[in-house]
Amino acid sequence: MARFLLRRIAQGIVVMILVTILVFLIFFGSGSQIDVARRLAGRNASQQTIASITHRLHLNESLPAQYWHFVVQLVWHHNLGYSYYHTQPVSTIIGHAIPITLSLAIGAAVIWLVLGVLSGVTAAVRRGSVMDRVFTGLALFFYSLPTFVLGLLLLFLVYFQLAKRGIRIFPGQGYTGITSNPLKWLESMILPWFTLALVSAATYMRLTRGSLLEVLGEDYIRTARAKGLPERRVIFRHGLRSSLTPVVSQLGIDLGTLVGGAIVTETVFGMPGLGYTAVTSITNQDLPVIIGIVIVASGSVVVANILVDIFYAVLDPRVRLH
Amino acid sequence: MTIPSAIESHTELAIEPGVAAERAIEGRSTWQLAWMRLRKDKAAVVSFVVIVLIVLMAIFAPVVASLTGHGVDQQFRTTGLNGFGQPVGPNGTFLLGTDDLGRDILVRIAYGARISLLVGVVATLIMVAIGTVLGLMAGYLGGIVDSIIARLIDLVLSLPFLLFAISLVSVTHPGLAVVIIVIAVFNWAAVARIVRGQVLSIREKEYIEAARSLGAGPLRIMFVDVLPNVLTQLIVYATLLIPVTIVLEATLSFLGLGIPPPTADWGQMIAESEGVYQQAWWFLVFPGLALLVTTLSFNILGDGVRDALDPRLERR
Amino acid sequence: MSGDVIVRATDVVKHFPVQSSSLRRGREVVHAVDTVSLEVRRGETVGLVGETGCGKSTLARCLARLLDLTSGRVEFDGHDITKLKPRDLGKVRREMQMIFQDPYGSLNPKRRVGSIIGDPFAVHNVASGQDRRRQVQELMELVGLNPEHYNRFPAEFSGGQRQRIGVARALALKPKVVICDEPVSALDVSIQAQVLNLLADLQQHLNLTYIFIAHDLSVVRHVSDRVMLMYLGKIVEGGPSEEVYQRARHPYSNALLSAIPLPDPRAAQERPRIVLVGDVPSPIDPPRACRFHPRCPKAQGRCVEEEPVLEPRLGDPTTHVAACHFPVAEGEDLTMARPTLSEEERIVEPTMVATPGESGEKELP
Ligand SMILES: Nc1ncnc2c1ncn2[C@@H]1O[C@H](COP(=O)(O)OP(=O)(O)O)[C@@H](O)[C@H]1O
Ligand code: SF4
Ligand SMILES: [Mg+2]
Repeated sequence: MARFLLRRIAQGIVVMILVTILVFLIFFGSGSQIDVARRLAGRNASQQTIASITHRLHLNESLPAQYWHFVVQLVWHHNLGYSYYHTQPVSTIIGHAIPITLSLAIGAAVIWLVLGVLSGVTAAVRRGSVMDRVFTGLALFFYSLPTFVLGLLLLFLVYFQLAKRGIRIFPGQGYTGITSNPLKWLESMILPWFTLALVSAATYMRLTRGSLLEVLGEDYIRTARAKGLPERRVIFRHGLRSSLTPVVSQLGIDLGTLVGGAIVTETVFGMPGLGYTAVTSITNQDLPVIIGIVIVASGSVVVANILVDIFYAVLDPRVRLH
Repeated sequence: MTIPSAIESHTELAIEPGVAAERAIEGRSTWQLAWMRLRKDKAAVVSFVVIVLIVLMAIFAPVVASLTGHGVDQQFRTTGLNGFGQPVGPNGTFLLGTDDLGRDILVRIAYGARISLLVGVVATLIMVAIGTVLGLMAGYLGGIVDSIIARLIDLVLSLPFLLFAISLVSVTHPGLAVVIIVIAVFNWAAVARIVRGQVLSIREKEYIEAARSLGAGPLRIMFVDVLPNVLTQLIVYATLLIPVTIVLEATLSFLGLGIPPPTADWGQMIAESEGVYQQAWWFLVFPGLALLVTTLSFNILGDGVRDALDPRLERR
Repeated sequence: MSGDVIVRATDVVKHFPVQSSSLRRGREVVHAVDTVSLEVRRGETVGLVGETGCGKSTLARCLARLLDLTSGRVEFDGHDITKLKPRDLGKVRREMQMIFQDPYGSLNPKRRVGSIIGDPFAVHNVASGQDRRRQVQELMELVGLNPEHYNRFPAEFSGGQRQRIGVARALALKPKVVICDEPVSALDVSIQAQVLNLLADLQQHLNLTYIFIAHDLSVVRHVSDRVMLMYLGKIVEGGPSEEVYQRARHPYSNALLSAIPLPDPRAAQERPRIVLVGDVPSPIDPPRACRFHPRCPKAQGRCVEEEPVLEPRLGDPTTHVAACHFPVAEGEDLTMARPTLSEEERIVEPTMVATPGESGEKELP
């Protein structure tokens, strides 16, 4: 197990090295020295700022040397860079954004898991029934609906239409911290949660249904049935456990991607999480922030993937061999 | 194994006539049979028709423009905006209403279909091409080639797509080509992984060894012998990738990273509707509907194609 | 009718690495073929017989250089081809062809028959367009297929017809040697004879040399000039067919011979039959010295200590060799023999008993 862990972590580190190289090439490898300095300085930067950036980031040295400085800063000083636009370290900005993205991601994940797995199981168990058709149809619908369209439609229907009639349950856009006012926080999160959750719930419904149907068709399930075990028990004791494995691995991947994948929802609802911060940083040409966010988001994917693999390895020792 | 049972295996292995006949029917025309099955799938047929209509709308977008008499970028400041400078709703002149600049939404949706379909199809083709070639190489050549490509697949799969798209677009200039390339470059890995998996099992087949024994080189084996055997999977996958790609393009445009204005584009129209749609629902709903109908049709068709090509999975 | 040596294998060894498992990290290998030497002469048919898994196909693939050898040497038509790189193997590929066992697995299901049979032409760039089509259709006629079926898919043919497609493909480039790897094992008995006759006819017409693989002796008997019997990666007996059939020296050969089905059911009933029980030992860890000793009714202490060499036994001609310390004499009745090694000596339990006919004693557990 320790060996497996080490190997898996080593692979993760390799991926992260490649990610930083890629990020570095995108931002530092394209364009002249001055271009790069200007880009990093943000909009309306002074000549001095540009000169100091060139000096601080060693932009006058060779690309590999620059990359080396970049990595040294990142690894030894945990320094993600400095936003000249905000005159703040990037890590501070990201530190503010992370709780917002996390509360969005975790809440949405809970919702889509419950909705997706329950509807998937129901549809599989009552395969061919009206319920099955309804859930399958709904899943196809939400699966096809782009997140930003869903978000705007929810805002329009559930917020504005109600607000117009004087009913204000959900705030429109914006975000309230959970510590400042938990109730307001909850209210402000409901629409974003569902926006983010419904598309994924559709995916999970399809995944659960397909995998449960496959498992239910297998021999040992037929044996369990033939032995006269009650159908509920067959499904829940024998079927569900093995059919949920793909769901869990998908969840790991999705949770990792969410840090970067909540961009659209955050933008629609004006929540200053990581994604929204990245998008606004483009308008402000605040590249150090984008670089920082990309690295943090990629890191979270890598970590999530390692966790999924560990989970698998604990469940099924054979996995460790590969 | 005892010797007598080795002899029995003679007869065990002999193919019964019934089975042979069944295989013959199955093999006679995978495509014809799939087509027959697909035609019986009502939902798939309807979605196919809808897709054809959308394609026609895209091709004949200029005709839509000339029929209505409204150019795609033409701003109707007097007829298309009301007294407060707000968009007008669906009426006899503007069938689907106007946008915040007084442009005809119907005409812009027709033109927007061109971008969606173009990006959807072209980016998917590039993705499938890259994924197929790398997947074939990884699966068939194995060894170090496989290790490198497998790492590359892992890498690309762990990149947060939208963030990288933002990064790339932020150092280049948004545009059609950039959008297509960004989508393709960050999304081929899933195709490659599927192809690789398929090839790993196909390469153990005896007909691959037969080809090697004839002197066929790896390139020929990969493309002449292996590729046809992953084709059905690829077709299903490509059909299901088109809607994903269309959504990605619309999302990029929605975030202001896609096709720059004033080109008509669904995602961008929806972005422009923000702040206005409270008073002008049609500005949000019709482009959103266009997007939804398109992706839904492709998804239904994709499911239908999969069931038709692979009846084992049929209607589970 | 046989001439000079066209294929010569010297001490060919082929090991496959065992799928690595973290539990047993030792460098375990499958000893698929172990120091096999043989010669095939121009124009003759050499039969290669042994139970499934004894390494026949692996040996064939080594001879055709579809695999790299672990050690040993393979010569083809006077040239050492052991170390040739894939791109230098072109001539060997043209002149040495294979027919495979599985009529379903060996034809690409997604390609038309014309394109499959024409594959050798395409690969070696010899004929194209109309010319290729004409040649392919001639080949189809030659092997007894309807040339009008040029555009059909393999799935539209029966097993026997498919095997003819495989034969046509193998013959396309007029090879000198054809390795037939159990070409009829997967076919109905009634169809086997047709394909065998076709192969015999073609050999006469085209002056072919055959290496003919089978997992029992019945098929090989009619087609081979010489036979080699393999057990667990080694050749245990070899010689002119009639010699071996009349005077099989190795106990394993005798077991195989006694298992040949007889056309007359009554004769089959009465014939004493040597039944091998138990599985072939694992080729990962083959038995010491004589690999047959755990199953052998004649095994003695020497068999576990000293590996018998392949040499003429009991005054046989030099062409007839067997690897056994205690060869079977003519008229010796093995059916009454009992395993002679004690439990400790044998490592494995008694795995072979003899039964006179079907109605005989029960097999030991
Ligand atoms: N590619 C391979 N990798 C690992 N083991 C193999 C491979 N090919 C064959 N073997 C093993 O080598 C032994 C001989 O196989 P084979 O030559 O196919 O026997 P035969 O053709 O006599 O049935 C078997 O134990 C088989 O499992
Ligand atoms: S050498 Fe001994 S064990 Fe081997 S076959 Fe001969 S008698 Fe049997
Ligand atoms: Mg074999």
